[in-house]
Amino acid sequence: MSESAASSPLAAPSARHLSPALHHQFEDIEQQRDAGNFGMWVFLATEMLFFGGVFTGYIMYRSLYYPGFAAGSHGLEVNLGAAMTFVLLASSFTMAMAVHAARAGRRGMLLGLLFATILLGIAFLGMKFTEYSHKWHEQMVPGLNFHPSLTELRGAPEHAVELFLCFYFFMTGLHALHMIIGIGLLSVMAILAWRGRISCEHYNRVEVSGLYWHFVDIIWIYLFPLLYLIGGRYK
Amino acid sequence: MNEENPSVETYIVVFVALLILAALTTGIAYINLGTLNTVVALAIAAVKMSLVGLFFMHLWYSRGLTRIVVLAGFFWLALMVLFTLADVFSRSWIKPPGP
Repeated sequence: MSESAASSPLAAPSARHLSPALHHQFEDIEQQRDAGNFGMWVFLATEMLFFGGVFTGYIMYRSLYYPGFAAGSHGLEVNLGAAMTFVLLASSFTMAMAVHAARAGRRGMLLGLLFATILLGIAFLGMKFTEYSHKWHEQMVPGLNFHPSLTELRGAPEHAVELFLCFYFFMTGLHALHMIIGIGLLSVMAILAWRGRISCEHYNRVEVSGLYWHFVDIIWIYLFPLLYLIGGRYK
Repeated sequence: MNEENPSVETYIVVFVALLILAALTTGIAYINLGTLNTVVALAIAAVKMSLVGLFFMHLWYSRGLTRIVVLAGFFWLALMVLFTLADVFSRSWIKPPGP
């Protein structure tokens, strides 16, 4: 910071939050925080397009091979999918509360909430693993172990059901990969919080990790109806 | 930025609303609405996304620059989806010449 900037009336030092957490390229801690958030939002916009690719393919092939998609979807367990939705929504709530705690500078509460979020994330992945192993035992894994029975096909062409399951595995797999990265990120945040490196002034890392976690939650909010509920479940 | 932040009460209300909407999505799947089933499910998903985005991700309280990034994301996503669908579903309109 130059002498002239410091002495200008617009940048009175008293109006700034000068703290050891401030990196040298930023004017003050608020600007640093804004830049951090902005960077994460730009990354999330690219993530929208990253996931958007599979969603576009999904919309296209669902329109072209609807019976196969409906048959494949009826082979998924709605209750398990709904349970995963609840677990993930709960993890988003604990994450939002963790950012709140970090902002308030409450270290114990932050640690507890980060831990809860990580546990809920692991619970989600556990349920996902259970579902994948069910699919393996049903011999409904395209390319590796795909031998559907006639009841599983529900009158739809075999290749169309296989296509749906490809989308199912790629979309949920990509989502699960993001969950694993998110759990890794939150573990780093928990270690930083444990070491007292997160303060009410310097909590942007937790905030930014939270944005990422919520984004992954939003992807699942769409995956649940798009994969598990095609054509409804009424008799 | 003098942004305000949501209170604990706001987070709890949003969380309860999200749980109710998730239960609603699952419940409505068991009622025959024909093609409306998908429309309703996606509408509920959009409401849930808005709740998470506005309150958990603080978009309600954030400044214009952040909102522009979000809108840009949606804009490019819409371009990708619409142009792809326009291509795929208009292919049968024109018959290629020849035998």
